[in-house]
Amino acid sequence: MILAVMVALLVAMGLVLARVYLGPGRYNRILAVNLFGTKTVLFVAVVGYVFGRPEFLDIAILYALVNFVATIAVLRLTHYDELVEQHHEEEV
Amino acid sequence: MHTVLTVASGVLLTLGSIFLLTGAVGLLRFPDFYTRIHAGGIAETVGAGFILLGLLVRPDDWSPSVAVRLLVILAFLVLTSPTATHVLAQAARRDGVPVWEEGDGPQ
Amino acid sequence: MSTEFTLVAIALLAMLTLTAMIISRLRGLYGAAMVAALFSLLTASLFVLMDAVDVAFTEAAVGVGVSTVLVLTVLALTHSREAVTPRNRRLPAVAVVVAAGGALVYASQDLPAFGSADSPIQTHPITDVYLVESQEDIGIPNVVTEVLASYRGLDTLGELIVVFTAGLTVLSLLGTLAPPEDCKPPGRFHLTDYRVIRIVSGLLMPFILLFALYVLFHGDYGPGGGFQAGVIFASGFVLYGLVFGLDRAQQVVPPRVLWLLVSLGPLVYAGVGVTTMLLGGTFLDYDMLNQGHPESGQHLGILVVETAIGLTVAAVMMTIFFGFASRGVTRK
Repeated sequence: MILAVMVALLVAMGLVLARVYLGPGRYNRILAVNLFGTKTVLFVAVVGYVFGRPEFLDIAILYALVNFVATIAVLRLTHYDELVEQHHEEEV
Repeated sequence: MHTVLTVASGVLLTLGSIFLLTGAVGLLRFPDFYTRIHAGGIAETVGAGFILLGLLVRPDDWSPSVAVRLLVILAFLVLTSPTATHVLAQAARRDGVPVWEEGDGPQ
Repeated sequence: MSTEFTLVAIALLAMLTLTAMIISRLRGLYGAAMVAALFSLLTASLFVLMDAVDVAFTEAAVGVGVSTVLVLTVLALTHSREAVTPRNRRLPAVAVVVAAGGALVYASQDLPAFGSADSPIQTHPITDVYLVESQEDIGIPNVVTEVLASYRGLDTLGELIVVFTAGLTVLSLLGTLAPPEDCKPPGRFHLTDYRVIRIVSGLLMPFILLFALYVLFHGDYGPGGGFQAGVIFASGFVLYGLVFGLDRAQQVVPPRVLWLLVSLGPLVYAGVGVTTMLLGGTFLDYDMLNQGHPESGQHLGILVVETAIGLTVAAVMMTIFFGFASRGVTRK
């Protein structure tokens, strides 16, 4: 059962990776990376169960936190096109 | 009791995986950014919730510390994942990401 | 090495390769920075799969949390599109990459098979020292923390000095941090206009800082320790600074306090070493800290040392972030 969940997670990660490659523009990619981060949290939790190690769940908490901080950072720091006036390109 | 919990855990895990896969497929197939947020954000958070609940209910290797950690992860994901997608959508709207109309191609 | 392990490892490595190819194809550097964060997440998952949890912890905390934020801050100050490599330089570049990669693959053939019973790590007597005797001498379950803080304590002091030097370098290159009045973000759009993000971040801050302290003190029993705790603590304040603005973040943690904390860590660490020398032992011999009970002396020494590491790493990461971010503000 757990292995089926792991396989489903890996397939979902692969699909999201396709959106990371395709996503036209910056926002699709940011969304895809954020979702990939959530799937990594689940992956770490499930791997912890496969190996029988509850300590892995601390790592999952950390990944959830770090994923959130990275998404907020990229939104804050790319939306501020006014920060440097002349050079900013608009599209990723 | 043991089998009831195992079956319940299996059902929850299966539901979670289905939601997760559906969300990922939706992320690929939907035509525009805002609809992809619906697919990815909502479906994935629900799928994650079901998977974590399924892991919580498992009777084999249950212990209070593990249960508390799973609940913390669940609370964190439920709190931060919709917030991140909300801010994403607002920022994209302000930045002028186009909304899909009937008859456009996929964006 | 079971088949499930192999299959999952192959899947992760395939995704890692695809991610690397995506990074090299992206011309816009903001996207490349985000996908580099994804790369770090995948690498950390691979480490978790291979049971190296402390490394996975640090890789995620630093590679995704701090490193991505710093790269994005720098990109906000400079160009964010990559220049196209001219055609005549592509072929030599490919040749170099193939040669270096080929050399690595060839060298890795000499490594012992993964998990084999006659590799040096299984047969050498030092493994016995680290795994068995450490439990008698020190007695905490996390062997990595024991090795880092006690058996190889001098090396960790050197690493702490390296982090300290990085903080000093950033301070000397970027100058002092901008005063809070100048750090108010410009005009129209402000992330705190969104009430949702403001409330959620305000709610999360105490838990992030608490989690950092938990990682610090639980590092004896589970994955964690000083470095990871410091990085998580800094991530909390980075989140605060990003959402509420640098001016408010610098009111919470004034620059002078940061500079004090940056130097406090190596001072405390070296101070423990000097204390043990004064108590009659050698430098950083924690047995001396509690005469007659060497085990509790080791516990105390490891605790103090990990706290010092956490303090300095947190302060240095915050200094670097505030330095980079306020640079963008003062360029107007």
